[in-house]
Amino acid sequence: MSLLLSVLEQGLIYAILALGVYITFKILDFPDMTVDSSFPLGAAVTALMIQGGLSPLLTLPASLLAGAVAGALTGVIHVRFHVRDLLAGIIVMTGLYSVNLHVAGRANVQLFSFDTLFKNAFVSALPAAVQPYAPVLILALIVLAVKLLMDAYLATRSGFLLRATGDNETLVATLAKDAGRVKILGLSLANALVALSGCIMCQYQRYFDISMGTGTLVLAVASVIVGTQLLRGMRFLRATTAVVLGSILYKGCVALALSLGLSPFDLKLVTAALLLIIIIAGGHSRRRGKRHA
Amino acid sequence: MLELKNIVKIYQGGTVNETCLFDGFSLSIPENQFVCVVGSNGSGKTSLLNIICGSVPIDEGQILVGGENITRMPEHRRHERIGRVYQDPARGTCPSMTILENMSMADNKGKPFNLLPCVNRKKTEEYRAMLAQLGLGLEDKMGVRVGNLSGGQRQAMALLMSTMTPIEFLILDEHTAALDPKTAEIIMQLTGRIVAQKKLTTIMVTHNLRYAVEYGDRVLMMHQGKTVFDRAGEEKRGVTTETLLGLFNEISVECGN
Ligand SMILES: Nc1ncnc2c1ncn2[C@@H]1O[C@H](COP(=O)(O)OP(=O)(O)OP(=O)(O)O)[C@@H](O)[C@H]1O
Ligand SMILES: [Mg+2]
Repeated sequence: MSLLLSVLEQGLIYAILALGVYITFKILDFPDMTVDSSFPLGAAVTALMIQGGLSPLLTLPASLLAGAVAGALTGVIHVRFHVRDLLAGIIVMTGLYSVNLHVAGRANVQLFSFDTLFKNAFVSALPAAVQPYAPVLILALIVLAVKLLMDAYLATRSGFLLRATGDNETLVATLAKDAGRVKILGLSLANALVALSGCIMCQYQRYFDISMGTGTLVLAVASVIVGTQLLRGMRFLRATTAVVLGSILYKGCVALALSLGLSPFDLKLVTAALLLIIIIAGGHSRRRGKRHA
Repeated sequence: MLELKNIVKIYQGGTVNETCLFDGFSLSIPENQFVCVVGSNGSGKTSLLNIICGSVPIDEGQILVGGENITRMPEHRRHERIGRVYQDPARGTCPSMTILENMSMADNKGKPFNLLPCVNRKKTEEYRAMLAQLGLGLEDKMGVRVGNLSGGQRQAMALLMSTMTPIEFLILDEHTAALDPKTAEIIMQLTGRIVAQKKLTTIMVTHNLRYAVEYGDRVLMMHQGKTVFDRAGEEKRGVTTETLLGLFNEISVECGN
């Protein structure tokens, strides 16, 4: 039971990450390496603020903002200075590593003695029977809010332009809009969500670790792909819902493998193999052809 | 008035493959003129349109619209007053969006793309009526993703989408090439109607000499980056497909084939 709860909790936290990466990876078709550093960036900002005695609620907008700036930076480097997408992300990812250390102050920060989103006066006031479920409820609420906001955004004119940019940049120019600016906006939104996910993870595990971002992108991409595979079978699902489910499902598979005796040493290897199998089976192996006519 | 002055365009400059397509090319198109452009493959028709729309940079020369120098204006800004249909049917629509979504997006051109909803359900009937003119049955497929349509269907939609909002110029690059003869006829008539109704300054590239003769009030023939034939107004009315065909043959004889 507690295993199930922790799978759900972590799956939900990573769902926010996956929703962010869905924007870059799926909608914009942009392999954004920034993610591996913007996730810990959100966590570092959070560690700093919580240690400073600020309300855990304030960490949410702060980490969103920090992530947005990181994403916009990658966007500007790619769009304005014509650096290739992968490289632009790697440059920002590398630079942010130092920024994260500066923000957090140390490579490890423990937050056990501070109030967080999950441990505060409000949660302690809840009836004892509900308390074990408080984290999962809080997380479900946040994920639901993010998902609904994202659905709403994708139906706006700005959201349409974002989808069009990933689909057919030429059309965006014909509509008299600058596809470059749309990309910067999309990267910014995506990394805002990624940092938010890092912020929540930091409060959930109650420590910040500089290496907590390693492999974030792969994890998120795996969740997105599992989610979109689900979508093929169940067309009534919205893509965002599918991504959330994909994240939980993916986390569940990993937990299952570990509980069946998979050594943590082999975890990454198995993850990589699994991802490869899903990608090949799902026909995601080639990047969507960009047209140059 | 659209003016191209002494345009020089060099492709792959600085490499062994350097080719100078336009060398001092000039052209001026008065307001509301409908120009048909014909010419052999590789004669520079698409390049000419790309230069006008800012899709490719030029090496020398000036582009003026109504006296205003737009040589340095970025592509997307120029499209504020240009509607365009590309030679490649995949470029005029968004494949992952439905017909309704594509039409709605095109309908919002010229407005800010902000946080207002993009699709206005009230307009669905209006869009259906527009699509019905095409005679392709698209009006009953509003919820179908455009990626699932045929190239010709997409190209027909692209024409509608490019002319939905107020524009001054219409740029068409072989927009009927992907269509079957009957649909091509319908789309050409529709093009003629739209151009007349909206009083658009139009440049239409076509390989169909009959369309070049029947439509528009000026015909240009291009060859190796130069205009080799140019008739407007009264003189244009005297041009027949035979004239154009004869010219084509003359040119290819000169080139030694
Ligand atoms: N991006 C490019 N790089 C190098 N050469 C190019 C490029 N675009 C066009 N060209 C060359 O310029 C010439 C004119 O090409 P363009 O596409 O304008 O021809 P076109 O008249 O539209 O032909 P078609 O009737 O086949 O569409 C060709 O020789 C082509 O190889
Ligand atoms: Mg062409």
